Amino acid sequence: MDLLINHFWELTITGLAIGAVYALVALGYTMVYGVLRLINFAHSEVFMWGSFAAVWALMAVGAGKASGLGLAGYLVIGFVAAMTVSALIAMLLERVAYRPLRKRNSPPLIALISAIGASFALSELMGLRDKPLGWFNLENLRDYLGRPRENLPLPLQIQTKAVFPVFNYDVTNIDLIVLLSAIVMMVILDQFIRRSRLGRGIRAVAMDPEAAALMGINRDRVIRLTFLIGGIMAGAAAMMYLLKIGVTRYNAGFILGVKAFTAAVLGGIGNIRGALLGGFVLGVAENYGSALFGSQWKDVVAFLLLVVILLFRPTGLLGESLGKARA
Amino acid sequence: MRSLFKIGVPVVAAALALSACGGTKGGSSSTAGGSKACDLKIGFFGALTGDAANLGINIKNGAELAVNQYNEKNADCKVQLVTFDSQGDPSIAPGLAQKAVTDKKLVGIVGPAFSGESKAADPIFEQAGLNTISASATNPALSENGWKTFHRILGNDATQGPAAAKYIKDVLKAQKTFVIDDSSEYGKGLADIVRKDLGSQVAGNDSIQQKQTDFSGSVTKVTASKADSLFFGGYYAEAALIVKQLRAAGWKGTFVAADGVKDDGFIKAAGAAAEGAVVTCPCLPPDQAPEFATAYKKAYNSDPATYSAEAYDAANVFLDAIKAGKTKSADITSFIGSYDKKGVTKQVQFNDKGEPAHVSVWAYKVQGGKIVPDQEIK
Repeated sequence: MDLLINHFWELTITGLAIGAVYALVALGYTMVYGVLRLINFAHSEVFMWGSFAAVWALMAVGAGKASGLGLAGYLVIGFVAAMTVSALIAMLLERVAYRPLRKRNSPPLIALISAIGASFALSELMGLRDKPLGWFNLENLRDYLGRPRENLPLPLQIQTKAVFPVFNYDVTNIDLIVLLSAIVMMVILDQFIRRSRLGRGIRAVAMDPEAAALMGINRDRVIRLTFLIGGIMAGAAAMMYLLKIGVTRYNAGFILGVKAFTAAVLGGIGNIRGALLGGFVLGVAENYGSALFGSQWKDVVAFLLLVVILLFRPTGLLGESLGKARA
Repeated sequence: MRSLFKIGVPVVAAALALSACGGTKGGSSSTAGGSKACDLKIGFFGALTGDAANLGINIKNGAELAVNQYNEKNADCKVQLVTFDSQGDPSIAPGLAQKAVTDKKLVGIVGPAFSGESKAADPIFEQAGLNTISASATNPALSENGWKTFHRILGNDATQGPAAAKYIKDVLKAQKTFVIDDSSEYGKGLADIVRKDLGSQVAGNDSIQQKQTDFSGSVTKVTASKADSLFFGGYYAEAALIVKQLRAAGWKGTFVAADGVKDDGFIKAAGAAAEGAVVTCPCLPPDQAPEFATAYKKAYNSDPATYSAEAYDAANVFLDAIKAGKTKSADITSFIGSYDKKGVTKQVQFNDKGEPAHVSVWAYKVQGGKIVPDQEIK
């Protein structure tokens, strides 16, 4: 208890930083649910592939110790690589795993199974990433891949520095980078959904797909766009995760995916601002929980919180539905 | 666009099929042998895939080397090494053990590798009378069950734990030590011993979960406690992340862990943050057994890693039993009980609980990106 009181701000800020990662991944779950009424369980692997893309891109440019402008350059490379690959994987997923089913009007459960299958496939493909080396005689690339079932570290090294104090805690540069980039992404997305034509299209489809189609909105395009945005956000989250945690691995998406999905439900599934709020609340709650009861209880605390909140607000903190959330 | 779908489905199916291949290769038929006891098998039981796979693979390689050397000398009557990949998971282990005991050609098991899976699988081996020699399971309680078939070839945590505590007190001369465990059979057992031995020097405690990745809660506790050293009971996957996140938060103390962290995977993942970390291990540095090290390097193109040499010795005990014509369970048990021969790691001898008679614990240090021997802890 003393720990929670004396280190309240430290726990809050580091919790917000990891919560930002949850929040950005949660966006992907919540938006796809909004337009398709589908829980895209493979979204966690979209995140995982993005994290590998960032590591490999930074390895390729020879990133090492960096600060100042060099660091900014590496960060841009990492973010762009992760966002690009995550977006591509998300689009591919929609094309291969969901659209064929949708065209045949399959029941929702089939799409759910397809999502789980795609999730395993993507994760295991990464877990077996060293196999093609043998087939194509590319042994000299082995150092890039790392051991396939093990942690692959981010080559970029950032000297941690205290940037500015918040009460009795000095915020570090890493937490600041993570939080700032998360807020930038969130504001851009929020404004895009609220103000742009395409964003209006997404909201229209979420609210009433048939009426939207009658008004001339191309539903397939909106769905593609939703996956694209979800992928980009997951990619950004992947780079932030790497900055915070330092390594990735083939199954890194699983637990994070569960947490992000929880965050989406916590905030009200289908609700964009809800997902953001849910992510932050979850990250902070986990930290408080581990300070109060020990780190092994952090998941228990997080899920208890979920249950309690759903008891009193069954539709999540900000209520369900993408369409009705904000106009 | 349909073509994409056509490619996609087989890829998905193939990946799913591949993922299902993580099972076992061993445990085949059990036809009765001829008059001469040939085609016998030795099993390896431990993680070959999963989070701590490296530790298991090192052990398997050591045992495999012993079997291959035996087969070179005894080409007319070969022994086969079969592997049981438990993924280090106590929930998978009992099923695999049931499978192993049905194989009548199996004379012994090198393993199970970890303490948790040993606790789950050893009762089945005991009931079936299949002898085991673990090259790595160090939880002290394992030898307290009265299992006749249980043996291990290395010192348990009741020797490693106090040695780690002694190193922290006498060599590091630490004043305040924070202790973290990973809630596993192995990690918690070890950390509890260290906690007890350090007594009032313990500045704080925390428990984490395996597979956890964000340790900001623990980091806050460690930095708040102003500890100058930290002992972690657990495996290398989590250890690397903890030390990395501690260093990122500016913690300057010494990171101490035990044999579960003694693997290159720790340094690969932690990078510069691993530098200066101390790892204890009831295992000999490779330069103490040069012949074995050369043979291992020739066979696997890498230096022998943690417990490779122990596994080599363990497999040789079974091979000697086969050579002496012992194939019945009780015969092998008594053969192991009276075994007394110099192996590459130590004078191999077991007491009546199955514990090794001669034990030494070494401290290793991470220096220049490598785990190098520091000193024997006496």
